[in-house]
Amino acid sequence: MPTNQPPVVRVSRLSKHFGAHAVVQDVSFELAAGETLVLLGPSGCGKTTLLKMLNRLIEPDAGTVEINGQDVLAQRPELLRRGIGYVIQQVGLLPHYTVAENIAVVPRLLGHAPAAIADRTAALLTRLHLPPARFAGQLPHQLSGGQQQRVGLARALAADPPIVLLDEPFGALDPLTRASIRREFRELEELRSKTMVLVTHDVTEAFELADRILLLDAGRMQQLGTPRELLFRPANDFVRRFFAAERLALQLRTLTLEDVFGETPRWNTAGANCRTPDNFNTQTTVNEALEALTSTDTAPSALPFTVAELMAAFGQALQREEDAWKR
Amino acid sequence: METLSALLTFWREQAGKLGEQTLQHIGLTAVSLLLAVLLGVPVGLWLSRRPRWAPAVLGLAGVLQTVPSIALLGFLIPLLGIGPKPAIFALFLYSLLPIIRNTLAGIQGVAPAVVEAARGLGLTDGQVLHRVELPLALPVLMAGIRTATVINVGVATLAAYVAAGGLGEFIFGGIALNNPAMILAGALPAAGLALLFDAALGAVQRLSARRLGRVGVGLLVALPLLGALYLLPRASGKLLAGFSPEFVGRADGLPSLTKTYGLTRLPSVVLAPALVYEAARNANVDVIDGYSTDGRIRAYNLRVLRDDRHVFPPYYAVPVVRPALLREHPELASVLALLDGQISDSVMTNLNYRADYLHQSPQAIAEGFLRRRGLWRAPRPAGTSAPVVRLGSKIFAEQYILAEMYAALIRGNTMLAVQTKTGLGGTTICFEALRDGAIDMYPEYTGTGLLVLLQPTPAVVDSLGGRPDAVLHYVRREFRRRYRLEWLAPLGFNNTYALLMRQRQAQQLGIESVSDLGKYLRD
Repeated sequence: MPTNQPPVVRVSRLSKHFGAHAVVQDVSFELAAGETLVLLGPSGCGKTTLLKMLNRLIEPDAGTVEINGQDVLAQRPELLRRGIGYVIQQVGLLPHYTVAENIAVVPRLLGHAPAAIADRTAALLTRLHLPPARFAGQLPHQLSGGQQQRVGLARALAADPPIVLLDEPFGALDPLTRASIRREFRELEELRSKTMVLVTHDVTEAFELADRILLLDAGRMQQLGTPRELLFRPANDFVRRFFAAERLALQLRTLTLEDVFGETPRWNTAGANCRTPDNFNTQTTVNEALEALTSTDTAPSALPFTVAELMAAFGQALQREEDAWKR
Repeated sequence: METLSALLTFWREQAGKLGEQTLQHIGLTAVSLLLAVLLGVPVGLWLSRRPRWAPAVLGLAGVLQTVPSIALLGFLIPLLGIGPKPAIFALFLYSLLPIIRNTLAGIQGVAPAVVEAARGLGLTDGQVLHRVELPLALPVLMAGIRTATVINVGVATLAAYVAAGGLGEFIFGGIALNNPAMILAGALPAAGLALLFDAALGAVQRLSARRLGRVGVGLLVALPLLGALYLLPRASGKLLAGFSPEFVGRADGLPSLTKTYGLTRLPSVVLAPALVYEAARNANVDVIDGYSTDGRIRAYNLRVLRDDRHVFPPYYAVPVVRPALLREHPELASVLALLDGQISDSVMTNLNYRADYLHQSPQAIAEGFLRRRGLWRAPRPAGTSAPVVRLGSKIFAEQYILAEMYAALIRGNTMLAVQTKTGLGGTTICFEALRDGAIDMYPEYTGTGLLVLLQPTPAVVDSLGGRPDAVLHYVRREFRRRYRLEWLAPLGFNNTYALLMRQRQAQQLGIESVSDLGKYLRD
């Protein structure tokens, strides 16, 4: 985590009540440039409210939000929002605007030159696998759900904001589309440098996308940390229970080959006749390795370790994490 | 088929008027619609921001909607007088509900996610309204305007009742004269306008949201222009007349008056019979038609212009009896004759005034009159077996008063019992009751006897030339011959059509007769 730079987002002691109901209570966190924070928790835990307080769609009752060191309350809300990308689950494309016009909304508000806007729109559409020639002139209702969400993403990124807020961006999509868009999302060059806050209740999604996760329950912070910290160093019972159902799947996705085989992995020193699949490295997760090992088009003899060896090492690694936690 | 050719003839003859009325009709609809849009859309938008108020405001607009249109105009006349103001205001009130409701529904129908996304992108509240909510609400909003327009085209026919013009003038004239061709002459164009507007706005509504925006702005510009049609210069003159639809249409009304006196430069508006007197009193108009013994002539200080060329047929009041009554009770003849020639126009006007404006009972008015004339006798006690004289009357104050006078005279001067059967409706009901022997007598008017009951050929009517004696002589002879009914002697007053002006204005202009009026208008 780069610490020499000031935080891009600083939230301190943020609280919000709706009537007598405390939706967000005393939440604080800081976000460095380029970091992705996932707000995770069960439905009604206050994560969406917390997100909307960042761009002032909801005003806090107490506490402050600073973006780039400036209190958001000191800025006109619309000007603040134009500098922050915003993606929501229902997409919310303007139904009477074409795809291109939807994407151009913020750049136009910011007074960008029409030619520049057109170039940018075409570039974004291309990168999101929506050929501009075909899609730019279409109206939102002509698009599939996945296509709409891609346009929503393009719209949020159109003015190249340094910060992007995403409220369950993949929540309305079917599992297959969701997985493919999530992959695209992760691989999108455009997003690498962004500071992002993403709301979800999907644990797998959180683990896949987060640098850090802020787990909320009933408006209160339960734990803020990396996925690995939440999984192996749960701060309380709630955190532990929250991941219990998918514990094994998450562990498989979290631990890497480096974690299970050590700094100098065994397969590197194996015999010369043993080829390593190109995509295997120290950061490959156990889950990915397992998928490769069990897929039918890879010859078993060509692999540096067997499933049994991998699982044994995985078990030992889990034991190590467990012990470290108990100590 | 006959009606159709009559209709075409009517349209051909009245083409100018038809065009004028159609333009007025469109103008009235457009102006009221414009006002309703200017108020209704902002109110609808406001309600969309404060939904708590929606039930109250929509409820109020809904209540306005349920007030029958005639009643609404009636409420508005004391406040706004007659003319375009109450008509436009009433139409405006009727348009409010659909416009407010559809504006609200349209805004509420915009997906919350779209609004949230728009705000999240950094659109200001104003931009969200203009670029997102209004364009998306426009189809529903336009549907409301369409509903309001169709309602307005229909209700605007009633504008003719308050002298605001429009196609209702033909319709109500036709109803008053029982002339189907004339009704259709106004009703068909009105229905056509409604269909036309409905189709046009329906087509607009189906446009895509983005083009709808432009067309909507165009409509907003077009409405005042259409409304201006109403302001097109109408014929103007020194004086303005306000006539009831029947008077304008019937042959012995305005047409013959215009021909005989040459009242060509008297522009006129049409309004409900009940309102013409009010209109004259409030100086909305200067000349009206009325009945020469109406109580309001005195109440509103109006002057009856003398019909010096006898255009209006004489309507002298005369008791009509079954001859059997006089044969069986010969003493009645002299008793009934007590009122002969006793009641002049002004006396009858006065008596009507007491009934209509002082709300005295007909019985009390009759007694007061008889006392002043020294004709009053306390009723004699009639035995239970005494023969009964049954007196009838039509259903208005003058007839009630006359019936009560005869009743009092019979009770005071004979041993006969009296039964009054007042309120027998119109002329034909009274007449049939008399022929059947259900009543023994009722007061009738010579002109009514001639034109409504006998209905002679125009040649006969012309030969009588509107001379009171000749008409009485004719109806008396024909009633004897055809129905064996007897017209007694006239009471003295002539309740005929009359032109009326405000006393003060007539005096200033030196107008006493209709000829004076014609001369004044020509000079």
